[in-house]
Amino acid sequence: MQLEVSRRGFMRLGGAALATSTMSALGFGAGEALAASVRPFKLSRATETRSTCPYCSVSCGTLVYSLGDASKNARAEIMHIEGDPDHPVNRGTLCPRGAAILDFVRSAQRLKHPMHRAPGAKEFKRVSWDFALDRVAKLMKEDRDKNFVAKNNDGVTVNRWPTAAAFTTSTQSNEAGLVTYKVLRGTGIVGIENQARI
Amino acid sequence: MASLAPTFGRGAMTNHWNDIKNADVILVMGGNPAEAHPCGFKWVTEAKAHNKAKLIVVDPRFTRSAAVSDLYAPLRPGTDIAFLLGVMRHILTNDKIHTEYVKAFTNATFIVREGFKFENGLFTGYDETKRDYARGEWEYEIGEDGFAKVDPTLANPRCVLNLLKAHVERYTPETVEKICGTPKDKFLKICEHVASTGNGERSMTSLYALGWTQHSHGAQNIRCMAMLQLLLGNMGVPGGGVNALRGHANVQGITDLGLLTTALPGYLALPSQAEATYADHMKTRRFKPLRPGQTSFWQNYEKFFVSFQKAMFGQAATKENDWAYDYLPKWDTPYDVLKIVDTMYEGKLNGCIAQGLNVLMASAHKGKALQGLAKLKWLVVIDPLETETARFWENHGEFNEIDSAKVQTEVIQLPACTVAEEEGTFTNSGRNIQWHWKAANGAGESRSDLEIMAGIHTRLRALYAKEGGAFPDPIVNLSWNYARPEAPSADEVLRELNGYVLEDVKDPQDPNKVLMRAGTLVPGFGALRADGTTTSGCWIYTGCYTEAGNMTMRRSTDDPTGLGVYQNWGFVWPANRRILYNRASADASGKPWSTRKKYIAWNGSRWTGPDVPDYGPTVKPEASVGPFIMNPEGVSRLFTRGLMRDGPFPEHYEPFESPVANSLHEKVASNPVARVFKEDWKEFGKADKFPYVATTYRLTEHFHYWTKTHLINAILQPELFAELPEALAKEKGIGPGDWVRISSARGAIKCKAVVTKRLPTLTIHGKPTHVVGIPIHYGFVGTARKGHATNTLTPFVGDANVNTPEYKAFLVNVEKTTAPAGAPSV
Amino acid sequence: MATLQSLDIKRRSATTEPPPHVRGNAIEVAKLIDVSKCIGCKACQAACLEWNDLREEVGYNTGVYDNPADLSPATWTLMRFTEFDNKGNLEWLIRKDGCMHCEDPGCLKACPAPGAIVQYQNGIVDFVSENCIGCGYCVKGCPFNIPRISQADNKAYKCTLCSDRVAVGQAPACAKACPTQAIYFGSKDDMIAHAEERIVDLKERGYANAGLYDPKGVGGTHVMYVLHHADQPELYAGLPNEPRISRLVELWKGGTKPLALAGIGLAAVVGFFHYIVKGPNEVTEEDDERADQINR
Repeated sequence: MQLEVSRRGFMRLGGAALATSTMSALGFGAGEALAASVRPFKLSRATETRSTCPYCSVSCGTLVYSLGDASKNARAEIMHIEGDPDHPVNRGTLCPRGAAILDFVRSAQRLKHPMHRAPGAKEFKRVSWDFALDRVAKLMKEDRDKNFVAKNNDGVTVNRWPTAAAFTTSTQSNEAGLVTYKVLRGTGIVGIENQARI
Repeated sequence: MASLAPTFGRGAMTNHWNDIKNADVILVMGGNPAEAHPCGFKWVTEAKAHNKAKLIVVDPRFTRSAAVSDLYAPLRPGTDIAFLLGVMRHILTNDKIHTEYVKAFTNATFIVREGFKFENGLFTGYDETKRDYARGEWEYEIGEDGFAKVDPTLANPRCVLNLLKAHVERYTPETVEKICGTPKDKFLKICEHVASTGNGERSMTSLYALGWTQHSHGAQNIRCMAMLQLLLGNMGVPGGGVNALRGHANVQGITDLGLLTTALPGYLALPSQAEATYADHMKTRRFKPLRPGQTSFWQNYEKFFVSFQKAMFGQAATKENDWAYDYLPKWDTPYDVLKIVDTMYEGKLNGCIAQGLNVLMASAHKGKALQGLAKLKWLVVIDPLETETARFWENHGEFNEIDSAKVQTEVIQLPACTVAEEEGTFTNSGRNIQWHWKAANGAGESRSDLEIMAGIHTRLRALYAKEGGAFPDPIVNLSWNYARPEAPSADEVLRELNGYVLEDVKDPQDPNKVLMRAGTLVPGFGALRADGTTTSGCWIYTGCYTEAGNMTMRRSTDDPTGLGVYQNWGFVWPANRRILYNRASADASGKPWSTRKKYIAWNGSRWTGPDVPDYGPTVKPEASVGPFIMNPEGVSRLFTRGLMRDGPFPEHYEPFESPVANSLHEKVASNPVARVFKEDWKEFGKADKFPYVATTYRLTEHFHYWTKTHLINAILQPELFAELPEALAKEKGIGPGDWVRISSARGAIKCKAVVTKRLPTLTIHGKPTHVVGIPIHYGFVGTARKGHATNTLTPFVGDANVNTPEYKAFLVNVEKTTAPAGAPSV
Repeated sequence: MATLQSLDIKRRSATTEPPPHVRGNAIEVAKLIDVSKCIGCKACQAACLEWNDLREEVGYNTGVYDNPADLSPATWTLMRFTEFDNKGNLEWLIRKDGCMHCEDPGCLKACPAPGAIVQYQNGIVDFVSENCIGCGYCVKGCPFNIPRISQADNKAYKCTLCSDRVAVGQAPACAKACPTQAIYFGSKDDMIAHAEERIVDLKERGYANAGLYDPKGVGGTHVMYVLHHADQPELYAGLPNEPRISRLVELWKGGTKPLALAGIGLAAVVGFFHYIVKGPNEVTEEDDERADQINR
């Protein structure tokens, strides 16, 4: 990284240096330049929320900083995340993934709306939550009603739905996990898995 | 996990992150915590800095963990068992074991049946057609009193310890070097460091992760370490343990909650179709003690099961209907990840929900997963990010070749929040359940996972209530007493996880005295009952939210002993115990093994220490109750009886794709009971076409397949590459940054070459063998450079006990090539 | 007086007037980078990008782990990886590269733009972008090859040691993030004391030449390294063995005032700087000779 400074450019610089030095000699203070020198601390009044890093199982404590003070007319927007110094395990540190959670929250690939791809279609189309959830419930019910196995060949009650399976996530909270368990097992699905095995 | 429970009784990291700082020796093998768990690895550096600890790294690659180690040794991928049985042999033959501990706290003295044998690579009872063992002979001699026979003098040759000695005798340092490629001098040096901890004065911790699990003998890799730590007396002590460093933020919690094919929450079992009735299911779960006076805590199984059914089905679960036993599906065969993908591929699956699991990238053998997904009628993807799985039907040239128009799968994407945008708890690897608070609303219209699942359920329930259909009972009767049925709060679900008292519980001594009031939160799992008067969504979590409040929100940084216990930070299951089996930190009489390692000790009237004793708090040492309270033996198992499918002792088996024959028993090369689907037998490669050993792994800059969508992480590690040893690169004329094509029997990828001294050319069976390393992380969606999916290469075979795919050891070929179409030629 | 009074200015580029210096008792800060504890995870890089709102274009793999490939206007710190075969034992030396915050900063001395480079009393050397004219003299003046000029706005950029954080009593973002305390932040005295303990530990572990890198040629630095092989700093991706400021720069520094007040012929100065900007970055004997000639 080398910048070519042309002769003319340098002469201009020389002039600037001279002018400033002269001004200094005349007693024109350096205060204005100093005032702008340090970037103001951007978190002074941001809202701080204790959270947990979403990646590995160290579960580092994080402090999430968001814009606004949670007042009615300020929409919180996550602006910075750093380690929670109190957390006994990470003591404020974070790894390169945890230190970049902000880019997860603000990823260009964030999915923001329910989307639907019809059979054979070339693209997803944006749909409403109502449409999406009704459609999911309908597809589940149709297949379950058609393929549910109440008894096996030996006449044992098995009440399972063998034509559906679910891959669940190890990055959901325990609360979401219990609800996911109840909802899926309640339908009779046996094939419920998460990342634990892979 | 499938090896820790058969050994110790519970399948979880035995110690915790902060405790690593108490170790004197840290053995990193089967993992790479500096890269995968950097902030947990901090406690390794603390142990080095403040405890003069030695860090040993054994890995096929010189990793970033190795970069700060005191001693590094390479080994060939898939040969960890040979290495560790060699270490066991070293400490057994040199009498470096902690004999008193081994005699008191393991099943070393137990006598094994005459019928049990190991010959020509097989244990007794093998059935080749079923590829399975009949495990009846893998058992103790049972005396007339119904208890297992023991010989405290260890004179009986059928004692577990004597059988073990005979079993490991073959694993000499020379054999280890031949199989693993580890130079003998380095191997012996490591043995000495390990042996230095077999005395109660010093402790060694084992840190491992997927480097051990992702093998066709993964569970037995871990078993080796569990046994080694028992022989050294390093279990239950500060700075000891077998520490499974788990992958995802809440993989411990989600495993605890039983989101696995044949599980119920809290390590209860989903009944199989062989258990037609409730009585059948309970019959095999009485867990009578195998030695006199032992705790055998699983005797309480029914209390936990019934309390779960009450949480799940509420008033619909009654004594009369056997607590709604029929509401639970009964499994025919386990549908683990590989089995689900195989079922898809066979065209037998119609619908699939992929909630935050990018199965197209995460399953072995991407080609098979892709064909499987295309056979689905519908796919629901719940994720905060765009994923390859959601877009599997898109053609991305050589990165994802598919004819979109022909794919008839209907796909619905439901946007989920990130963790920072919701509240609830995660359970870390050390079993600590910690609350996180919500910082902002999710992006766009995204919703929390909790709300999304509730949205699906409330609509499905309404449809069944209105229209009826196949067995609507478990859906319409699912317990759903949330203030807002469509959006339950995390707070009310955490209470549900903890559990409630349903009816007043009176003091048996004094009927006028109410011990627990109806409607209150259960104080601990000791209060759970089998009569339907208590509920608990997950029994091991009881105590996390009591009448005293939400314990997972506790944030006290007090640590009076300085041992890193932090007793009042969050809530650790079970019962806030931070180190499992901690009773074993004291000898049989209750005296600490050493002052240095003092943790839980008997003070004359009770067990005291900085932690909650993993033991009856007032059980006298003279009662001879073993410290491994979950096991009917009361002690831990060096010999696991029939609890593991592939043997009560580990044995070296080659990976399914290996460059060499199994020199110990040629006819039994690989794990004889690992499941292989019919179609996949023909997709294993041989060394003639695929001469190099390959292994896959994560990089510290990335997390699986998400962070390639995050700009900072994409900047830090932008593009897929493979690491090649210098000798191989030279042979092939490949320079740093050149494009290479790597192929296996299942497919090929193209990527950049990183030529390095850190990947070895090992001498295996006397021949030079190159090891090639390929990170995962890249795909056709994201901000990082578009790349091939590494799982294009990996074999579709899993571990014999848990079916974890063999991502860590397979065969490839390597050629120099040019950039893939669509990739800039830089 | 600076508006952010916790950071009083000690020196200012191309300015003859001394800054206010009655308050001269600020704690000198330092960042200690312990290479022997570094796992090369790049958490420091991630934290730096995140805190400073820097994102450069996604690059390529060039056959090494170093990414981005070099420091840039948007990459102020970078892990440099070196595989070192130490008599049969492999070592992976990973050094976090970035501004050393020299006590005697060559960049500041070379800078002709008044107030574009400042040194605070706590030792931080900071670029004040508003005053930067993009001439690149700082690049020439730096013995560590750190500053980079942006093509986009023609200004020089480098690590600020998170002056915005330090000004309010916080540690730099990289130091806070570092998982293994390979980056440690505090007063320079404390950091030297800590380094001494680390060196004892390393010597016990067999690194006989372990030592502290706090080069005297630049008056010491406010970013220091603990090295296992302090006798061979070049092993660590070319860390200079004895860095010092070119005497050409020293001369320029000394000549500023006479230039302004006595009016030395402009042509000579132009020639002098033309050489600095075109010439090599290392200090050579030739440089020194030339400096001596001009001085005469």
